[in-house]
Amino acid sequence: MMTESRLKKILQSGNFAVTAECGPPKGADPEVVRSKGKILKDYTDSVNVTDNQTGVVRLCSLAACALLKADGLDPVLQMVTRDRNRIALQSDVLGASALGIRNILCLSGDHQSFGNQPQAKGVFDIDSIQFVQTVRTMRDAGEVIGGEKLSVPPQMFIGAAANPFADPFEYRAVRLATKVDAGAEFIQTQCIYNLNRFKEWMGLVKDNGLDGKVYILGGITPLKSARMAEYMANNVAGMDVPDEIIKRMKSVPTKEQRQEGIKIALETIQALQAMKGVHGVHIMAIEWEEAVPQIVQDAKLFPRPKG
Amino acid sequence: MITAERKPISEIKEMIAPYRKILVVGCGSCVAECASGGEKEVGLLASAIRMDAKASGKDIEVKEMTLDRQCVYEFIDQLNDVIDQYEIILSLGCGAGVQAVAEVFPKVHIVPALNTTFIGQTKEAGLWIENCRGCGDCKLGVFAAVCPVTRCAKGLFNGPCGGSRTDRCEVDPEVPCAWQLIVSRLQDRGRLDLLRKVHPPADWSKQQGKGPRKIYREDQRS
Repeated sequence: MMTESRLKKILQSGNFAVTAECGPPKGADPEVVRSKGKILKDYTDSVNVTDNQTGVVRLCSLAACALLKADGLDPVLQMVTRDRNRIALQSDVLGASALGIRNILCLSGDHQSFGNQPQAKGVFDIDSIQFVQTVRTMRDAGEVIGGEKLSVPPQMFIGAAANPFADPFEYRAVRLATKVDAGAEFIQTQCIYNLNRFKEWMGLVKDNGLDGKVYILGGITPLKSARMAEYMANNVAGMDVPDEIIKRMKSVPTKEQRQEGIKIALETIQALQAMKGVHGVHIMAIEWEEAVPQIVQDAKLFPRPKG
Repeated sequence: MITAERKPISEIKEMIAPYRKILVVGCGSCVAECASGGEKEVGLLASAIRMDAKASGKDIEVKEMTLDRQCVYEFIDQLNDVIDQYEIILSLGCGAGVQAVAEVFPKVHIVPALNTTFIGQTKEAGLWIENCRGCGDCKLGVFAAVCPVTRCAKGLFNGPCGGSRTDRCEVDPEVPCAWQLIVSRLQDRGRLDLLRKVHPPADWSKQQGKGPRKIYREDQRS
């Protein structure tokens, strides 16, 4: 089965890409994945499947990607280096490719101490940048780490994450440059609530000559409530939710806060569309996949181009 | 140094409960420096055991001894003359010390009084921090003398991760982000270029490739 990455085609054709996130269930029910896929299918180009996010045991991302693939979606396989050593990672990349999965997002992963297995041994045999380089070498040189040849190399459109809001700020662009050198072809960013800081970061990206070298998809997470905004601001590592956003969420009645969250998301998308060097959005509607169709429609990003 | 912490007294009591003649052996090296297994700590633990026995009406004999090093045979030999008089050795050495003593006296029951923890540095009085994992492939020269294997919670060679905020590690806000330290030190030295290349996957075989490691030096053997 020869397939190609829809995400890659969309980005290469110059269209503003829309990806979304699908969190697998804490259980073995494939229908949860399928029904989320059904909601997202027509409104996105590709769908990321998270890999035991926040260190909580969930249905594995590779299996969930295979389920989505079978239903005609273009999955983005998120893989973290927290739980697998280089043998397992490379093996899973080959397996994913064999299943027709064509996109991968290489991550180090949330630390295991945050999840429901805090006594687990964190593997971290390689880090996310080394993982990007590994997949790139597997694909382009047809070699695993150490140089042994693969009979058939994997086909993968290779992505990495970037957090424009984490410290040390100036170094973040250097780190992005290193990720691009390692072989990253697309970047999905941390959720954007602080547009000014994101603009500043995009400035650094341009100054480092990276805007033409990598596709950047801005992260969007619609807020469900003022409480969620506060929680993210105070308790989620690497998240930057400015006070104005929290105030704005608080200023509307609880019942209307979800719609306000969507409004903020739409404004952010609009700002991102106008920003040179931003090639799409990655919508992470956490356990709220139903919000995605409305956001995509209201942002006038529907219908999606045929990939 | 190798740091260690004393086990809870309840755990120690359980291990020595079946025995009446107890030899408490400290070590004058690392664990003395970190105040967990030196002469003073041996004295404190022995007293605690004696008092506990007295309180429960148990008749025991506890002897204290501290070797200069528990991990070197020529010091362990100091136990030769007394060891036969005791049923159990309660060692306040690190894991290496306990095992070395057990090798010299395979017939004597020996148990650890400490939990050996890490290779570390005395940061301030009463505070020790881990800063080396003994990976066998030191890269401190590249990382501004901050070990990412040890001091980054994810052991990233191409850090920092996306979680660092205001200089702190996302895993423990009391711990400084190792990568923030690396970046700012290299920035100050005008050597950020050291981080511009992708640092390749580590060679963990130097740490754990074929089971326990050994150093063999011909020049030291005669």
